[in-house]
Amino acid sequence: MTDGRAMHDLGGLDLGPIDRAEHPRTLYEQRVDALVMLLTSPSVGAFKVDALRRAIEEFSRADYEHLPYYDRWMQAIARLLVEQRVLDQAELDARLAAVAGGAHG
Amino acid sequence: MTPHDGHGHDHHGHHHDHAPIEEHEAPPGAFQHLERAVRELLIEKGVLTAEQISRQIDVMESRSPALGARVVAKAWADPAFRDALRADARAAVGMMGIAIPDLPRLVALENAPGLHNLVVCTLCSCYPRMLLGIPPAWYKSAPYRSRAVRDPRGVLAEFGVTLPAGTRIRVSDSTADLRFLVVPERPAGTEGWSEDQLGALVTRDSMIGTGLALPP
Amino acid sequence: MAEPRLAPGTPVRVRVGFPTTHCRTPFFLRGATGIVEAFVGVFHDPEKLAYHKPGLPGRALYRVRFDHLGPDGAPTGDEVIADIYDHWLEASR
Repeated sequence: MTDGRAMHDLGGLDLGPIDRAEHPRTLYEQRVDALVMLLTSPSVGAFKVDALRRAIEEFSRADYEHLPYYDRWMQAIARLLVEQRVLDQAELDARLAAVAGGAHG
Repeated sequence: MTPHDGHGHDHHGHHHDHAPIEEHEAPPGAFQHLERAVRELLIEKGVLTAEQISRQIDVMESRSPALGARVVAKAWADPAFRDALRADARAAVGMMGIAIPDLPRLVALENAPGLHNLVVCTLCSCYPRMLLGIPPAWYKSAPYRSRAVRDPRGVLAEFGVTLPAGTRIRVSDSTADLRFLVVPERPAGTEGWSEDQLGALVTRDSMIGTGLALPP
Repeated sequence: MAEPRLAPGTPVRVRVGFPTTHCRTPFFLRGATGIVEAFVGVFHDPEKLAYHKPGLPGRALYRVRFDHLGPDGAPTGDEVIADIYDHWLEASR
């Protein structure tokens, strides 16, 4: 951030031609989107969407530029749930290991 | 097993179906595992239910450009509705039976002879999802977010849009709690058309500003 | 709040600032001069909501119109409009 421009703040740069290819949303993408909407809804209120944006803005430049869009949101959701003590890191790590190691549902 | 196993599908058609190999053909990756771990824990702790998640997916799938097209068609056909949309878009679409939240606030931006609106979110991906559904990948991309405010005419040219000489472009950057729906100009030669017929001319891109309504 | 500080038509300059925390005033508009088009309303401050704070007192939000500048720095006739919070705007001459 040599000139004060944060890495997510892209307006005015020239970042190349626009790829207009589209694909149907995958189930994973739909689920991540649903988690964002539900967790930031007033009735659940785990955190505000502003906090999710801020969490993404705190990623390393490498992560921000190379992680696919929905992976960024998923990472931010996980971070904020731990930050807000809805989940704790140890139980998340344990469940992740179980999910990754076991049968895929 | 949830009722939504298998790939979700988009009901509204796409120009190209380039399924990225990483998402459609590879086994679940680290982030898919993370999503499942988080979802399972949230359900176990009673923060969310599986039914809520399913229902939310269904709601989002029901929000699509077809909904926005109905709003635009009505604004074209019905001057009183167009005035109501200008004054309070949420209340106006509510009269059509489309329920949208107070916030973020929907605002209609009308194109007119000599005036063309283009919408972007340079900072992230804010979009009138409550009406149009999930934004296309290009809207969320670095090239679009960076260049829409830098070179709107160049961006429009990439989308195949050339505006009449003397047209002014207004680019709205969605930096706060407003979400913008562009109302494209009504094509000539559609006098007396029904709202259904008019709606078929309204493309998603015309409601973002990267396209025009289709000719009759 | 009795009356919004900035009336439509007021020329304004966007503060420069070097925020290291969440900010919704885009870099490309910092230091730019524009015209207030409308007062949008009062909102919880996103710079505080981002850190789980209530974001009160609310901040006034304004739609501000800027000339779009071409590569030579001259106005092109096109415009950029952004929604900017009160504390990022100074009335300018």
